Amino acid sequence: MAVNVSLTVNGTRHDIADVEPRLLLSDFLRETLGLTGTHVGCEHGVCGACTVLVNGHSVRSCLMLAVQANRAEITTVEGLGTPEALNELQIQFREHHGLQCGFCTPGMLITGEDLLNKYPLATDEEIREGLSGNLCRCTGYQNIVAAIRSAAAIRREKT
Amino acid sequence: MKPVKFDYVAPTTLDAAVEALTAANGEGKLLAGGQSLLPLLNFRMSRPAVLVDLNGINDLSFIELRGDSVAIGALTRHREIEHSPLIASKLPVMSAAMRHVAHLAIRNRGTIGGSLSHADPAAELPMMAMFYNASLIVQGAGGRRTVAAKDFFVDALTNSLEPEDIVVEIEFPVLQHDGWAFEEVARRFGDFALASIAVSIRSGPSSIMDARVAVMGVADTPLRLQDVEKQVCEIEIDGGTSERFSELVMSSVTPHSDPRLR
Repeated sequence: MAVNVSLTVNGTRHDIADVEPRLLLSDFLRETLGLTGTHVGCEHGVCGACTVLVNGHSVRSCLMLAVQANRAEITTVEGLGTPEALNELQIQFREHHGLQCGFCTPGMLITGEDLLNKYPLATDEEIREGLSGNLCRCTGYQNIVAAIRSAAAIRREKT
Repeated sequence: MKPVKFDYVAPTTLDAAVEALTAANGEGKLLAGGQSLLPLLNFRMSRPAVLVDLNGINDLSFIELRGDSVAIGALTRHREIEHSPLIASKLPVMSAAMRHVAHLAIRNRGTIGGSLSHADPAAELPMMAMFYNASLIVQGAGGRRTVAAKDFFVDALTNSLEPEDIVVEIEFPVLQHDGWAFEEVARRFGDFALASIAVSIRSGPSSIMDARVAVMGVADTPLRLQDVEKQVCEIEIDGGTSERFSELVMSSVTPHSDPRLR
């Protein structure tokens, strides 16, 4: 039994026929659509590397079936900015050296975007609580926190 | 592909969902937020023949005041409860507990009906159902019925429902109090709790008049400590009250010595 899935990813509409129900959204994004910016780490919702925005909210794409994304609007790391025109959070990650190997970065950026949308992020404690579902094995988190702190400060200035 | 093959049904009404679940003949599983079920599917620890996705049933998602209770639809996401002004004003202990529920992306997707049905002994919402003496409204093959939280959680990851039952909504009676607290210890913020306690009190002129106490992470189900609730009304209010309260709570539970097995 296969299902047709129509969804919008990074502003582009896709109509994919015959999607197997057990296909995870993470594998659908990477293998069916070729969007390999979404990384797959633990595949059971612990590491946060595969986090994407579904209808504006961050979601583990390994804990959602592709068929459940029918009619959804999805943003992956490819949809945040381009190498020529990074978005504000990506600029801050670059400025603060908020990544080393880069494996966790797509999930960190998507989670960071959702945190900036939902919380004031006035303290480092709040930023760290918000990032607690995303694992990084390189940075010790210091520079990731610094990048998000800086992005939150810039957002406050703008509003 | 990680999960085993299954048939996927996405009903848009509750009746159709009950029908699909009944037709699966014990081989069906309900999919709500999927934040506990999907890991089990990915590990192939759960191998359902049919997955009944409830996410297309719109009228299961709501938070509303109903007399002296707050009714919450089973498909309501943790995020919606966390940010609800109604929950903050009427069920403040639950509101405080919500930021401890897993991590941001899990809260965006997970549902209250799913969390209660999963019945993890270290999850906040089952504990809140015990704390507030909630009632679960359940729809099954024989129609609707109400199950008290204390009759719902029977063991770790085990509830008292029949295979074709669906939790539809949950009623939380509003609790009158003069003070409350929610405290939790976890290895990493947002992880399942090693232990947690929720307390609310009504104060008299020189003593506690009424108390509500619930704990989790110390037994196979969340517990309401009704003996402690009675005893706490007899302790003196002075500088040593909180210590005596801690002793009362500690002497009333027998947690497993290895926290990994709690």
